[in-house]
Amino acid sequence: MQQSNLYIISFTVLMTIFFGTLLSLTRMTLEPRQKKQEEIDTKKKILGAVVNVSEYDPEKILSIYNERMQSMVLNYDNEVVETDSKGNKIIAENINIQKNYKLDPKERMYPIFMYKNIESGDTEAYIFPMFGNGLWDWISAYVALEKDLNTVMGISFDHKIETPGLGARISSNEIQDRYKKKKIFDDTGDFISITMLKGENNKGINVHQVDGMSGATITGNGVNKMIFHYLECYSSFIEENKLDQAIKISKN
Amino acid sequence: MSTEVLDKEIKKNKVLEPLLSKRRKKIISDPFNDDNPITIQVLGICSALAVTIKMEPTIIMAISVVFVMIFSSLITSVIRNYIPTRVRIIVQMAIIASLVTLVSEFLRAFNYEMFKTLGAFVGLIITNCIVMGRLEAYAMGNKPYDSVLDAFGNAIGYGWIIITVAFFRELLGSGSVLGFKVFEFIGWENFPTNGLMVDSVGAFIIIGLIIWVQRSISGYVEN
Repeated sequence: MQQSNLYIISFTVLMTIFFGTLLSLTRMTLEPRQKKQEEIDTKKKILGAVVNVSEYDPEKILSIYNERMQSMVLNYDNEVVETDSKGNKIIAENINIQKNYKLDPKERMYPIFMYKNIESGDTEAYIFPMFGNGLWDWISAYVALEKDLNTVMGISFDHKIETPGLGARISSNEIQDRYKKKKIFDDTGDFISITMLKGENNKGINVHQVDGMSGATITGNGVNKMIFHYLECYSSFIEENKLDQAIKISKN
Repeated sequence: MSTEVLDKEIKKNKVLEPLLSKRRKKIISDPFNDDNPITIQVLGICSALAVTIKMEPTIIMAISVVFVMIFSSLITSVIRNYIPTRVRIIVQMAIIASLVTLVSEFLRAFNYEMFKTLGAFVGLIITNCIVMGRLEAYAMGNKPYDSVLDAFGNAIGYGWIIITVAFFRELLGSGSVLGFKVFEFIGWENFPTNGLMVDSVGAFIIIGLIIWVQRSISGYVEN
């Protein structure tokens, strides 16, 4: 009886229904929690570009984020986009940078996060999400520029599977701290970007360069390309607001 | 009549066998050492290489494997007489895959960092030869309680090896244990970390050393 086709088919059908129900029930129950975890993860990465988030617990991260972060979404032509083609509201935090990266630069959406001073409400830093390719798979970054839109306030890198101890070092504080206070424009206002050098312990590093990672030149090149490419994509916003800042500064 | 007596005898025996009889203790303890799934049977090597760079993910991986093995063995053993022989492998896969998906969903909800680190590897528990090997070799033919003991023994046998490997890899490769910087703590500021240890090669070397030590103690020789 146990070998009859009917038995086998009924057995597999019942088994499928049982496990299917079990898994979908689990998923349904856990989904709100998972969504929240994902939200915390994104906000942690964004905030990570300006503050040291490792000291904060998830609740604290969310509260700082809600208190101090504002966001907007631009298109390539520096126009604010609020709704997508179907008329749904766009939320900057929910934009999938990886999916956007695959589109033509002119068709992408560019989220910008602004880190506000609680008292004055002025923007202290602008945070730009970036995405590119490392050695093995994708790398991504949140680059925070100070309000002059020239000096790097901080940077937080993420990667999928760069080699531990080599390329994966980009997500360590040691490497990320090297970017602090570096500048993307030279004194005459020309765009230079920031380049990670080849090799480690380089001498005579200037304000547009950071020391490289020994044994991870290709990851470093990926990082350079990503930063250059995205700063170019954001350039009209940066140029425009940099000008604003310059006017404000001269008025003072 | 005689079969009845035999039946009674078996029942009596069953009742008489203590919860952790000598035989049962052996089921658990064999895979720790003499019949270790990694070092003797050389199964589950792939994940032993992949997750053992740091101790924390390794411990989570070990716990996940313990969970998946115990419950898959239990379920398989309980329904073993109803599983049609011709599709038994598929049934085992379905049981394992469902349990692994459960683990992965729970990690995603409660420890997102770990989910990101282990993501792909948790999914790969499904293909971990140890899990299915024990279902096919033991749980399909033994009673639930024994099968659970066997699964527990094998999972711990797997777990202690990967945790040992991770201990050495993290210590020598990153200079820390569970993220705690050991060498800085004892005042050795510039401990030269070994890049080989954070690569899969390091795992091979350490597993090789463990196998060497273990076999020279036990005198085990492969036929």
